[in-house]
Amino acid sequence: MGLNKNSGKVIALAGNPNVGKSTVFNALTGLKQHTGNWPGKTVTNAQGYCEYEDKVYTLVDLPGCYSLMAHSAEEEVARDFICLEKPDAVIVVCDAICLERNLNLVLQILEITSDVVVCVNLMDEAKKKKISIDLPGLSRKLGVPVVGTQARSKKGLSLLMQQVDESFYNPSSQRPIKIQYPDYAGKGLTAQEIQDEKVKVLITTAEDICRDIVRYENKSYDSSDRKIDKVLTSKLIGFPLMFLALLIIFWITISGSNYPSRFLSYILFGIEEYLLSFFIWLGVPKFIYEMLVLGIYRVLAWVVSVMLPPMAIFFPLFTLLEDIGYLPRVAFNLDKCYKKCCSCGKQALTMCMGFGCNAAGVIGCRIIDSPRERLIAIITNNFVPCNGRFAQPYKGKQNCSLVLIM
Amino acid sequence: MSGIDCLTSLEPGRCAVVNDLTVTGSMRRRLQDIGLIKGTRVEYVQRSPLGDPVAYLIRGAVIALRSEDSDCVMINRVN
Repeated sequence: MGLNKNSGKVIALAGNPNVGKSTVFNALTGLKQHTGNWPGKTVTNAQGYCEYEDKVYTLVDLPGCYSLMAHSAEEEVARDFICLEKPDAVIVVCDAICLERNLNLVLQILEITSDVVVCVNLMDEAKKKKISIDLPGLSRKLGVPVVGTQARSKKGLSLLMQQVDESFYNPSSQRPIKIQYPDYAGKGLTAQEIQDEKVKVLITTAEDICRDIVRYENKSYDSSDRKIDKVLTSKLIGFPLMFLALLIIFWITISGSNYPSRFLSYILFGIEEYLLSFFIWLGVPKFIYEMLVLGIYRVLAWVVSVMLPPMAIFFPLFTLLEDIGYLPRVAFNLDKCYKKCCSCGKQALTMCMGFGCNAAGVIGCRIIDSPRERLIAIITNNFVPCNGRFAQPYKGKQNCSLVLIM
Repeated sequence: MSGIDCLTSLEPGRCAVVNDLTVTGSMRRRLQDIGLIKGTRVEYVQRSPLGDPVAYLIRGAVIALRSEDSDCVMINRVN
């Protein structure tokens, strides 16, 4: 599916992974979005529509990447889109907590196009860690508009769209920073040495910019995080804590979903009898009403009452773990075990997701960088029993403990 | 104690400065993308319970590296 240029101006959304890029995208587009598959690519770009002051813009969510020097499929897609599809504007989403690292991508995109608006996201998190960022100063240094946002609480997003809108009507106001590369010609450098030099210039430029812009009011802003990390990943209690957390989640999911499951099946199977007598009253032939009620309806009722409650409990709990940042620590703890199996520690997360739903687990495998390890994770995800394949939850406690032992 | 060594040999709690990367191709670019270039300061943060990978503080971000990857990063120790 290609781009429909008639549907207004096209805005691309780029950024490092895990900076809340998708949150920005979802907040701007609402539910008006779909995934588009670009020709010849297996990585998909989500596309949505965003209205601002009666104008409709097409927003394209590019895959998260650290650089455009294309060494992964994601980076290639992002680079090709910015270079070849020529979006009318690019919003680069950055993480306020490690801005310097994010500027690498910003600088690379500024080399390609000057129609850039930088969105510094997670300002609330930075504030909590007492990191202050001089946004007007950053805007002066980069030569493009910079907007601070908190996408989760939708703060700053209208200002972001306003800046994007202004950049369309006043393109000459954008005077992006020119990165000065030394003259490599005639020095007899190899391709790799030139590459090294380019990377070095980008990183030191980012460092120079941040030196005056970012202020750490509390030098030990991450010391409490470090202390918690020391416990969560310690040799002694790292593993027991991890299993305990998983056990509690499973216990809450399995025993907690008994009640809504029982309730749902009571309601749904109660309806079945009425449906059956209704069809008999209508005089529908037996083979038809048996197929409809005892076949289709009963299966549907089973699936809903058995699978809906555990999913509705498991995924919010898992999201909670994700939000407090425990999941990367799990991957860190388990990486060596997975390395022994020639796979990656992040697979622990996709396998846990698989307990909720294998489809979600397989989709989650995109967090794994190496294509080989990703394939292993996708294939083996099937062996994790999802909710629907658990023993029927409300049959009794012995089933529950059986699953836990598994 | 100074001199060139690989990052894997860095002791817990100590800092070092990157001197060189001994790997080429996409892994080299990957390491460069996380900010590992000549002169970058690296701090040992935390070992995982099984000893590998190890988390390092690199340019304000905590990043875990497997030993085979940190083997490719040559460092000078600093005090």
